[in-house]
Amino acid sequence: MSEPKSTTVEVRLPSKMGFEKVAMSTAASVAKLMGFRDDRIEDLKTAIAEACINAIEHGNRLNEKLSVGVVLSAGPDQLEVKVIDDGKGMKTQPAKPDIDRKMHGEEDPRGMGMFLIQALVDEAEWVAGGDGKSSYVRLMIRLDKVVD
Amino acid sequence: MQSETKSRVDQLTSPAGHAVTVLRFEGDIASTSKDAVLGAYQTLPKATAKLILLDFTKVDYINSSGIALVIQLLIEASNSGQKVYAFGLSAHFTKVFTMVGITKYAQLFPSQTEALAAL
Repeated sequence: MSEPKSTTVEVRLPSKMGFEKVAMSTAASVAKLMGFRDDRIEDLKTAIAEACINAIEHGNRLNEKLSVGVVLSAGPDQLEVKVIDDGKGMKTQPAKPDIDRKMHGEEDPRGMGMFLIQALVDEAEWVAGGDGKSSYVRLMIRLDKVVD
Repeated sequence: MQSETKSRVDQLTSPAGHAVTVLRFEGDIASTSKDAVLGAYQTLPKATAKLILLDFTKVDYINSSGIALVIQLLIEASNSGQKVYAFGLSAHFTKVFTMVGITKYAQLFPSQTEALAAL
């Protein structure tokens, strides 16, 4: 029995803010070719942007000598994205942001990125590389079947 | 790589006769947008600018750092007794603003006309 085929697209970004938009547009093009709805493409773009920003800012600490890898694997009914950096990964997941605590100065106004990623894609997991020198976030978004 | 954020201020009057200060943004709203977002807000006179309307019509990209700037603006406005409203967000960013809870502190409207009619 043959495995379902997947098509892979890879992009390498410099660790410089703003280049997450290259990953966004690449992912949007792949998702469009796969037949994703426009609203799901917007969800994917924001999730990938936030994953790349985390990789640039926290994983690679804005070191422009390091790059962020973005691997898009298009399967028959889902798109998997890995965003890879040279950081050690996270030991703990940040708490879900609370707008009331932010408004009352009890919580940093920042810190929405991981929440947005988890809320906008079907699966998200953060994986620390075994060597302690790299980590990645894996996102997965499913292609909804159009019901006639 | 990120497009520069521009902002400008307009003074309008709502159909009900209230003075409304409109803060119009253009470009990306990201970590580099502090001056255009918070800086522009901080130039407004707190004593007279009591109703503030944020115009996102010409904004294509807002990331979590940009959302944090909007929240900082809302915190400062709340502390100054100002009310903030917004219009012109795409369907996607309307969803994102709702998800992060901004809509608890800034009501969103589809257009300037609808926003002004409600003020």
